[in-house]
Amino acid sequence: MKRQIPIALVFVAGLLLVIQFFVPHPASEFFFTFATDWIIVIGILALPIGIFSLLRNTYMKGRSDSKERIYSIATFAGFFLMVVSGLPSGSREAGSLHMKFFQNLLVPAQATLFSMLAFYIASAAYRAFRMRTLLAGVLLITAFVVMLRLIPLPEPLSTWNSELVRWILAVPNMAAKRAIIIGVALGAITYSMKILLGIETAYMGRD
Amino acid sequence: MANGARAEERRWYDRLLVVDRRWIYLILALAVILPAIVPFDVSTGISTEVRRVYGFVDDLKPGEVVHIAIDYDPSTLAELHPMTEAILRQAFNRGARLIFTTLSQFGPAMAEEMITRVAAETGKKRGVDYTFLGYKPYPGITILAMGSNYRVPFPTDYYGTPVDSIPMMRDIHNFRNVKGVIALAGGNVADFWIQYGNAKYGVPLGLGVTGVMASDYYPYLQSGQIFGLIPGMKGAAEYELLAKRQGQGSRGMPYQMTTHLVILVFMVITNIAYLAQRAARKRAGEVRR
Repeated sequence: MKRQIPIALVFVAGLLLVIQFFVPHPASEFFFTFATDWIIVIGILALPIGIFSLLRNTYMKGRSDSKERIYSIATFAGFFLMVVSGLPSGSREAGSLHMKFFQNLLVPAQATLFSMLAFYIASAAYRAFRMRTLLAGVLLITAFVVMLRLIPLPEPLSTWNSELVRWILAVPNMAAKRAIIIGVALGAITYSMKILLGIETAYMGRD
Repeated sequence: MANGARAEERRWYDRLLVVDRRWIYLILALAVILPAIVPFDVSTGISTEVRRVYGFVDDLKPGEVVHIAIDYDPSTLAELHPMTEAILRQAFNRGARLIFTTLSQFGPAMAEEMITRVAAETGKKRGVDYTFLGYKPYPGITILAMGSNYRVPFPTDYYGTPVDSIPMMRDIHNFRNVKGVIALAGGNVADFWIQYGNAKYGVPLGLGVTGVMASDYYPYLQSGQIFGLIPGMKGAAEYELLAKRQGQGSRGMPYQMTTHLVILVFMVITNIAYLAQRAARKRAGEVRR
């Protein structure tokens, strides 16, 4: 029964939602709203588990490894700072303490982390982007041409390059992307069918 | 002794191929700093896909409703904020009424700051000219629910005001009441807008995405599932050029140009060195091919 009941629930819920997607009827929309509420409730229940897991792991890491302690303290400080500053009413208004933390800590931190990717990309371009094979050469030349559109070139080179980039994006790139998208979609349908029919049970912790 | 002899044998191409990565970082850092020290402008052509988004907003009549989805967080702010600001300013100036949502968890505060700033600069009022509904998790489900009724995922707006009591929202229930959606996305939320917003509800959809994401969305442009596409900071600069108002996109182009130029030069140098090394090894009989 521990196996049959979850499979039956998944089958019924999945089938109803598949039918609902294609039926534009008020009853169908009511069912969708009802199901959406359920998903939000499940999500809310998962949140405390996530918070507990984060805090517990951070605490354990800080306790067992002195080198990691400073990062654990930073995580705790950041967590409680944002939670406490976000509790008072009006914390969402511009100029509040919560918003100041957000604008002056989180925004620059995230932007900095993301912008550091540029350095890794430059390093990777230098160290790994080499014409080792014919296909690697094609990839290299294509990347070169596409990146070149950001560099102002004298006419008519600029127009030729723009047209070439447009063709690369709209023809070979699109053909490859389309094949990938269709392949992924077919795979997703197959996988979903396997879950609905109880063939795939990895979500229950089984292989 | 043998090591010393080998070190002496190292040619220019060998040295170039094993250059310390810190030199690469330093050169790139200098390339980023250069436009700040020596400012210059970069000319930008205008692509058809950006022109289409601009045309969509420019054709709006006063009172028409557009949904602007600000679905990115501060990590992609530098690329996507300039285009968002340009679109907001243009739409407000056209007299359109705007609905804002954000389906990225770090998005609300960032979006709120921009919306209130641009609205104040263009003299627009909250609840009358625009509504900011805020954030909800599970983008796919939220988009599906908004297609049914905005009040399902968002019974109140970002500030806690019930949606039914917002004057602007009285005659707006779902996607049928909006002229279109412009989704500015820094992740796969754009896919959800295509799959659910456009495919299921048929709402006209325009996208603004980061530079690296752009090539993923060209198939949807050709299939007509999206009417336009703004790719990264260059797209924002093109949009600003059309709007005849210089913003962060245009100002960011010199930085983007110098860094891309450095990466291109790196690619050329490393491949010249690689081919030279390969030719030398071939001559020495180390490589048979």
